[in-house]
Amino acid sequence: MKVYGFAAAMACLVATSAGAQQLAPSPTLDAVKARGNIECGVHLGLPGFSFANDKGEWTGLDVDYCRSLAAAVLGDANKVKYTPTSVQQRWPILQSGQVDVLARNTTITFSRNATLGVNFQGINFYEGQTFVVRTKAKVNKVADLADATICVAAGSTEEKTAADWFRERNLKVTIINFQKNDDAISAYDQGRCDAYTAGIGALAGQRIKFKDPAEHQILTEIISNDPQGPVTRWGDERWQLIVRWVLNAQIASEAFGITSKNVDEMKAKSTNSEVRRILGVEGKFGDMMGLSNDWAYNIIKQVGNYGESYERTVGMGSALKLKRGANELWTKGGLLFTPAFQ
Amino acid sequence: MMTFLRDRKVRDILWQAAGAVVLVALVWFFVRNASENMVKAGIASGFQFLWRDSGIEVPFNLTGYRPSDTVLALLWTGIVNTLLVSAVSIVVATAIGFAVGLLRLSSNWLLSTLAGVYVEFVRNIPLLFFVLFWYFGVLAALPTPRESLSFLGVTFLNRRGLSIPTPNDLTGLRLSLLAIVVLVAAQWGLARWARARQARTGRDFPTWAVGFVTCGALPIVALVLGGAATSWDVPTLRGFNYRGGFVLVPEFVALFAALSTYTAGFIAEAVRGGILSVRQGQIDAARALGLTPGRIVRLVVIPLAMPVIIPPLTSQYLNLIKNSSFGAAIAYPEIVAVFMGSALVSTGQSIEIIAITLAIYLTLSLAVSLFMNWYDARHRMVTR
Repeated sequence: MKVYGFAAAMACLVATSAGAQQLAPSPTLDAVKARGNIECGVHLGLPGFSFANDKGEWTGLDVDYCRSLAAAVLGDANKVKYTPTSVQQRWPILQSGQVDVLARNTTITFSRNATLGVNFQGINFYEGQTFVVRTKAKVNKVADLADATICVAAGSTEEKTAADWFRERNLKVTIINFQKNDDAISAYDQGRCDAYTAGIGALAGQRIKFKDPAEHQILTEIISNDPQGPVTRWGDERWQLIVRWVLNAQIASEAFGITSKNVDEMKAKSTNSEVRRILGVEGKFGDMMGLSNDWAYNIIKQVGNYGESYERTVGMGSALKLKRGANELWTKGGLLFTPAFQ
Repeated sequence: MMTFLRDRKVRDILWQAAGAVVLVALVWFFVRNASENMVKAGIASGFQFLWRDSGIEVPFNLTGYRPSDTVLALLWTGIVNTLLVSAVSIVVATAIGFAVGLLRLSSNWLLSTLAGVYVEFVRNIPLLFFVLFWYFGVLAALPTPRESLSFLGVTFLNRRGLSIPTPNDLTGLRLSLLAIVVLVAAQWGLARWARARQARTGRDFPTWAVGFVTCGALPIVALVLGGAATSWDVPTLRGFNYRGGFVLVPEFVALFAALSTYTAGFIAEAVRGGILSVRQGQIDAARALGLTPGRIVRLVVIPLAMPVIIPPLTSQYLNLIKNSSFGAAIAYPEIVAVFMGSALVSTGQSIEIIAITLAIYLTLSLAVSLFMNWYDARHRMVTR
């Protein structure tokens, strides 16, 4: 009798381990599923990246990332709770666990990675720092700003980059650091400064906040390359894995030509193994992360691939009209690529 | 054996000691817990960051700070800027506050109504609004650098601030400074002598008139002579802006104006309360002695009102120092802006930085309280 019982128990154990893969615990994923939404830290209001429109809906490239994550994890891109954060608030809010992920035009730097207890999970936008000046100031290149007064958001990478750039060239500038981007912008607009500095993508969006946008000109010279992407806390490796591969799925689906329009057709007909693995037809990749196997299908169906998202939020289909530039696939002369879906 | 516990004093001491031990243990527990959790989460902790390069520009500093200096130097620059704007604002707020408080009690209907309107207006508006109003108001009122207002061709006022010449060499000015010190000392001696003479003979001496000439006019002559002998770094328009000399930034002016006019409203009420506490009989007695109205206020009313005025005045000074942190909203580089803003974000060490900032404000406030208590004790009328 005892022998049978033991055998039955063993059989059960084998059956369980064969049926469902044992996954490392992920408190963040469990909390997200229990809560039924993703808590996403975004910018206070940056057109093109994260901006609440006149209907109160959040739109933008970073917002699309949050929506993709919700589509992958919860099957519904609308299950996101946005937490707008200032330059200073973003780290404590992420560190203390008030948000699950930060998608907030945040530049990846060594010291942030090494001292803040945060990990950067990839790049969703290559930003380059430049300046906006009054057209009548006749400034064509950054070096023309010698002796100028420059407004900047305190604690941003731009604050240090600008200070370093002019110091290395022995040019004297006065840098006025404001606590919020919007305060720096309005002080520049009021004539307190000759220039305002930020990323070229951010400036394209912020320009519409000026009293008379036509009076201002964004310099084309770039003084730094600031890669930006979603950020998570240290620990909970499985959550970090999900955050990383949701971004990869957005970019890979563009590379494989999967769009929100043809995704059903591709799922039914494609013979490409990588496409089939992304869309969950083979390989059961969702299971390996503790998600459903149509996680990437949901992203593409509900939000679209990276290219669609880019054109809609910051590209030619938006008010910002930014060219793809570095944010183009590597096969088309840009810098975007993903590891293999194998 | 436990009989000593029956002594109430012993028991009180024991209770207090136990309370202190619990408090220390609690603080120790929280500090240790926080630091352990931070190490686990990969967040840097400790105070080593204070000796790292700051890399942060400060547009207005009196300490000679440069971005290549340490975070500690940045903190010091922030402290100096906080102290500067607080000190100047306290002096001006006190002057305006006393004037408005006295005017509010004036028998002139127009003056007292105006003073009342001022107090009500100031007291019922949030300070942040006041600071932003002054800042954007000041900016909007000033011309662009190319259209600067010029005074004698050496001092220029525009949206980037007030550019004033600075001396390249201090010897000439040091001599005139020395002359001023000598004059002030002489005036002080004269005032003492005049008071002693008045006590002895009852005869008055025009100390104020003499003082106006020696302490007011002569230093200006000395400064002009000293200044003429010195070479100056005069601001000149180069490219975008005036370079050279010293620039008083509009952020300072706006914060100073906001803090002093705002706090003055509260000080005025403290002064009014103090003066109303002086009994009418004292004033009547002073009038009966034949004192002029100005002297009654200066020699009788204010000294009697001071013990009532000083405690609320101290609170207002403390409020003003703490309110100087509103400078962060308009980019005035005080402690909160440069240390809790820029340095915090670039190092990410929130707990340490906030603890240091708290300690600094606490020290400043305690120092002001101690001084005010000392002043009160020293000048309090001996009552019998």
